[in-house]
Amino acid sequence: MKKRYLVMALIVLSIGSLFIGVTHISPLHLFNLTDDQTQIVWKSRIPRLVSIIIAGMSLSISGLIMQQLSRNRFVSPTTAGTLDSARLGILVSLILFTAASPIEKMVVAFLFALAGTFLFMKILDKIKFKDTVFIPLVGLMFGNILTSIATFFAYKYDLIQNMAAWLQGDFSMVISGRYELLYISIPLLVIAYIYAERFTLAGMGEDFAMNLGLNYKRVVNIGLVIVALSATLVVLTVGMIPFLGLIIPNIVSIYQGDHLKKSLSHTALLGAVFVLFCDIIGRVIIYPYEIPIGLTVGVIGSGIFLYLLMRRKAYE
Amino acid sequence: MVEVKNVSKRYGNKAVIDQVSVSIPKGKITSFIGPNGAGKSTLLSMISRLIAKDDGEILIDGEHVNQAKSKELAKKVAILKQSNHLNLRLTIRELVSFGRFPYSQGKLSREDWKHVDEAIRYMELGDIQNKYIDQLSGGQRQRAFIAMVIAQDTEYVLLDEPLNNLDMKHSVQIMKVLRRLVNELGKTVVIVIHDINFASCYSDYIVALKDGKVAKEGTVDEMMECQVLKEIYEIDMKIETVNNEKICVYFK
Repeated sequence: MKKRYLVMALIVLSIGSLFIGVTHISPLHLFNLTDDQTQIVWKSRIPRLVSIIIAGMSLSISGLIMQQLSRNRFVSPTTAGTLDSARLGILVSLILFTAASPIEKMVVAFLFALAGTFLFMKILDKIKFKDTVFIPLVGLMFGNILTSIATFFAYKYDLIQNMAAWLQGDFSMVISGRYELLYISIPLLVIAYIYAERFTLAGMGEDFAMNLGLNYKRVVNIGLVIVALSATLVVLTVGMIPFLGLIIPNIVSIYQGDHLKKSLSHTALLGAVFVLFCDIIGRVIIYPYEIPIGLTVGVIGSGIFLYLLMRRKAYE
Repeated sequence: MVEVKNVSKRYGNKAVIDQVSVSIPKGKITSFIGPNGAGKSTLLSMISRLIAKDDGEILIDGEHVNQAKSKELAKKVAILKQSNHLNLRLTIRELVSFGRFPYSQGKLSREDWKHVDEAIRYMELGDIQNKYIDQLSGGQRQRAFIAMVIAQDTEYVLLDEPLNNLDMKHSVQIMKVLRRLVNELGKTVVIVIHDINFASCYSDYIVALKDGKVAKEGTVDEMMECQVLKEIYEIDMKIETVNNEKICVYFK
């Protein structure tokens, strides 16, 4: 797959995304939009498109970084407890500061996501039995424990409905004024690109990295901060989008290899294209109603995930 | 020259390396031999700063290994550990280019790529340089890793059991390359090796370790003696001279 096909797909789907919705806006109206239509485009359609692209890119890249650092293909923010920790963090921030501002929520959720991811990496160090499938299972169990803790407190403080909102990713809630936090992900993507080669070296193992004079621990820590922060931002603004960080990097790895410097841009583009595609399907399939993105990505993603698992068996 | 002075390493109460002192001569192949668990790999890892030592001093060209900057040391010493089972999909060329990281920090210059090309040519990997490592045979993979170490262009090359899992043909191929590294490029090679006859045929200097101590060290002629090897390995053997090489026969 060539990069320019991905770019083309992204452009076509982006244009499509702008003109799909209950309020009819066609490209022909573009130069004489009514006030209402202008409002819709600026307040809803464009924020939605931007958040889809950023969320798709940053979750896919988070997954890619996690897979390299943990040296396991099936580790991602979904399967390592990162998203669950972030969610627990949001809940804690809601309980502690009842009217938490988005920034406060972000900081607390980020700290939780970071702690959760670190804890998972520590558990990973301790596990002797490093089977490819066993590790993500441990991560899923870990994530479920965190979720049950979160649910318990959510019941106690009557926040179940609030919590459900982050359980399932949903772009229909994205309007201007409610998604801007996501822009913080852009500098994170830039840092990820700068550190790309170092992440790959760290993924070769501590001895290997040290032999080349790389500060292994620092690189791993930077990677985990990027992962935790981007995952937090997506959960806060859009909600959980499962499987994304898992399947996109794996697909890119098949045709592009694992040298992060080469695969990073492909992963980002494919992630954005995939989410955009799923979002459009969710919007047209029961038009004028919508299926939340968490569900569409979940269904299509789990199918692809199963295929990747089978493929791995055939490969060995 | 690598100087190891009174170095110890303990895991719990057990001393894996116990007050070891040894000097590794420059521009030679030095082999570490000895029974399993003698501490050979640990010593090699300590020399290359991968493992911290508990006591003693290790100097490379007069400089303390622990005080040297890791980045600078990476231009002087390269180490290849025995288990390089990685599941990343990288091509040989990409792997070899990692060897330039200490110089390029990720941005390879034309000069860096020249070193990469040379290393690939040196290991005769040109035809398969764009193949993924997970598609290679054991011998090819080992050659790819050694090519990376060559691209790293260090004066000291440390290899932990480079012949592990290789057949006769590939073992000989690797040892010949190491010999060329010393003879043609003037490098200092230190290897941990189990096959005593490979050690005999290709090294200049042999250090025998046993129970975390240096049991004996010397030139090949000094070390390839019945009495010496019997003491180290505690089995019966004979030393025969075949084509001017001392061969140890210990199989029955």
